[in-house]
Amino acid sequence: MAEIKVENLKYRYPYTEKLALDGITCEIKQGEFIGVIGKNGSGKSTFCQALTGLVPTFYRGAYGGKVFIDEIEVKNVEVDDLCQKVGIVFQNPFNQVTGSKLTVYEEIAFGLENFGIERSQMRKRIDESLALLDIAKYKDRAPFDLSGGQMQRMAIASIIAMEPEIIILDEPTSQLDPQGSEEVFQAVQKLSQKGITVIMVEHKIEKIAAYSDRVMLLDDGKLVDFDIPQKVFSRTDLEEHGVVPPTYTRIGKALNLRVSETDTYPVTLQEAEQLLAHRQE
Amino acid sequence: MNTIEMKDIHFSYTEKEEILKGINITIDERSTAIIGQNGAGKTTFVKLLKGLLRPNSGKILLNGTDIADMTVAALAKDIGLIFQNPNDQIFKNTVLSEVMFGPLQMGMSKAQAEESARKALEMVGLMNMEKINPYDLGLSDRKLVSIAAIVAMDTKVIIFDEPTIAQDYMGKERIKKIMKDLRAQGKIVISILHDMDFVAETFERAIVFAKGNVLLDGDVKTVFSQKDVLEEAYLEQPSTAKLCHELGYGEIFLTPEEFIAMKQKEA
Repeated sequence: MAEIKVENLKYRYPYTEKLALDGITCEIKQGEFIGVIGKNGSGKSTFCQALTGLVPTFYRGAYGGKVFIDEIEVKNVEVDDLCQKVGIVFQNPFNQVTGSKLTVYEEIAFGLENFGIERSQMRKRIDESLALLDIAKYKDRAPFDLSGGQMQRMAIASIIAMEPEIIILDEPTSQLDPQGSEEVFQAVQKLSQKGITVIMVEHKIEKIAAYSDRVMLLDDGKLVDFDIPQKVFSRTDLEEHGVVPPTYTRIGKALNLRVSETDTYPVTLQEAEQLLAHRQE
Repeated sequence: MNTIEMKDIHFSYTEKEEILKGINITIDERSTAIIGQNGAGKTTFVKLLKGLLRPNSGKILLNGTDIADMTVAALAKDIGLIFQNPNDQIFKNTVLSEVMFGPLQMGMSKAQAEESARKALEMVGLMNMEKINPYDLGLSDRKLVSIAAIVAMDTKVIIFDEPTIAQDYMGKERIKKIMKDLRAQGKIVISILHDMDFVAETFERAIVFAKGNVLLDGDVKTVFSQKDVLEEAYLEQPSTAKLCHELGYGEIFLTPEEFIAMKQKEA
């Protein structure tokens, strides 16, 4: 099972002047659920690509520092050597779908076929991921006939079926209705409880606060903070970094509610509810 | 005052499955959010308003005129739609020419179209970007280009399809302001949304679609008070309303600001 180690990672896209990633150092343990936040352009997606090796083996550009997945240094191997270990769900499912498959079922099979997975094993994995994302009823539909939300779930299912040790999700719930996005968070949490390391970029800040073990705050390519959600969201300078804290933290700050265990403001509904109910008594 | 009346609208793509099962709604000047599960019929509803799809039965009246007799091109002068993904909408190689395209198609002179485009760009906060290729802009700004392109057409009705997707906090705040400004200009603002907190902060009215029917319709506070009905439609309450519900309050508050003000008054 996989751990991630990033040492002073710097990266600049070709034909640009600014560093997209500027000196990032961090360690992520196996099975952790990491939420990545920051304003648009802060480096979130680029950081994800650096973990898959697409930066720098596909995107090229100027690269410094080191990224290790276990003992493997990412830039020294081909992307196809890493992709059994690290799976990525793209921000826009249109960019991920092969476009060559006629059904959802075949689309999900595509990655497994390329890995040469044995047929019965393949069927089992596809059925499991269809069930996990609740899209079994669409398995015979054409991928491009799906709605945005359904397609997003298919994209996640196709990665989960490959059983990566690390799964990276770049805004995987942007097109889902509230229940659909709750289901994706729960499905992903199950994966992390099974020991799969999860890195998720999301703007849905209340959900990140509720589900992440640790939150990574990026701004201008730099790692501003990497800590438990309570600590990161209680920062007084959060809005200067273009992130607004969860509703429950904003209420906690204004009403001076403190969670004693973490010595922070509340970040989840439960924390805020307990503190307010206690005050009422 | 502008209105859109939908009278007993039925629609299906195939014979087997009816997508809209008799919709009766009058949209008025209140800013209106259309919410509901993926597949509830929200986008179909919007395509009917645009005349891109035609109902199997029922009538749609725009300020009293039946749109059944109007072509898509004629309707485009009254009803503007901003696509969910700006990449599906934008195709010109400069911001200005993109935003001028709609007005020119509507028959404005080049000078008029340019004036209209510049006004729209000013409204969304993209002045001095006229010469940039929209694809050299970040997604947040590119979204604003797609909004300006519709605003420049000065339609009576502006429909947003999930405008907050991939927007960060600043981006959402800008879109919120644009919607409120359009509303103040007397335009009908309609938006499909999945972000309940954004709906609570921005809109006056919410219509909940579920399985081709209107499940709830009313001012946002009334709609978001009904936790059980919302859950039936696979929706949820906004964050602050959830807290009010958990605390057993009879009344919900829609935003943290309202909640904080109430608490501070109490103390």
